[in-house]
Amino acid sequence: MSDPARESVTEAKARRGRNIALALGLVLFVVLVFVVTIVRLGGNVANRPF
Amino acid sequence: MAMTEVLTTAGKPQAAKAPARWQDFVQLLKPRVMSLVVFTGLTGLVCAGTPVHPVLAAVAVLCIAVGAGASGALNMWYDADIDAKMRRTRGRPVPAGRVQGADALALGVVLSLFSVMLMGMALNWLAAGLLAFTILFYAVVYTMWLKRWTAQNIVIGGLAGALPPVIGWAAASGSVPLNAWLLCAIIFLWTPPHFWALSLYTSEDYKKAGVPMMPLVAGAASTRKQILIYSLMFTPLCMAPALTGLGGPFYLAVAALGGLVFLLLAFRLYRSHAGETGAQRNDDGLYDVRAGAKDARNLFAFSILYLTLLFATLLIEHLMAIKPLELS
Repeated sequence: MSDPARESVTEAKARRGRNIALALGLVLFVVLVFVVTIVRLGGNVANRPF
Repeated sequence: MAMTEVLTTAGKPQAAKAPARWQDFVQLLKPRVMSLVVFTGLTGLVCAGTPVHPVLAAVAVLCIAVGAGASGALNMWYDADIDAKMRRTRGRPVPAGRVQGADALALGVVLSLFSVMLMGMALNWLAAGLLAFTILFYAVVYTMWLKRWTAQNIVIGGLAGALPPVIGWAAASGSVPLNAWLLCAIIFLWTPPHFWALSLYTSEDYKKAGVPMMPLVAGAASTRKQILIYSLMFTPLCMAPALTGLGGPFYLAVAALGGLVFLLLAFRLYRSHAGETGAQRNDDGLYDVRAGAKDARNLFAFSILYLTLLFATLLIEHLMAIKPLELS
């Protein structure tokens, strides 16, 4: 017989782990796009003609 | 085996389906395959000889890795039915019931789009196009079509595994010259001896799943003969980079010596009875084999070592700026 209370704890723990992994993935994605943008633009923003 | 894993072996109790952990989603990306793809892709990127900003080079390798992972997730989504029948694959997240098939599909599609778009925006669209082609080729042409249809499945499908160095080269230089395709051809011709050697002692699994691997369709003797023929084409090709200015003296030495060992093992396998009835593996372990199939396992193991050594030597020679051989 499985214990429903214990199952819900296991599920909550697994969900929490998935959510943290997803959050880290999204933060990494934002940082990655920012860094790539800076590298690709180089000094072109600072030196652009006005 | 983890307590949470669903046990599908007959006679054993079936555990309750555990909720998906984040590690299950990582497993969908086939990390071991991904590491080999990253290695060959990085070699292509370095061998291109074009200076690339280190951040962009890292992004290119990341895109290749994520693209390979996406292909793995799509493969595990589509192949869940046959994965459940094979001992090697029945513990995977989808057949084991830990991850829903739809979730594996969603992960594969999202990561495919992410890797291709980022490669295009950060590096160039030639590399992005090649990456998209590779993912589609593996997921659609190989997984959905060739794998269940023809004994030539891993020969043609091997193109997907052979393209990463070309993608790396394109990411660095924006072009794909002959030398990039030479690296692709080396992996392409390496694939049949490698996988057929494995399938000679795992054909029971493929039989259960109904996958038409060469030993099941053409027989063990024909498979061993074809392994020898492919090896005779593969080993001279491995020395070609030394003639085209891609590889240096160390590469030539590794390619020649390793090629001789490869040919010797392929010939011994050809003379053996590997894959024939009575020479199949027992049930003690996944890759346990009886004496008759030992030659197949030896070639399988050496094929991994040889390819790794070839690409590692190329990588080191280019990183250390060792000059290629002067032939004129």
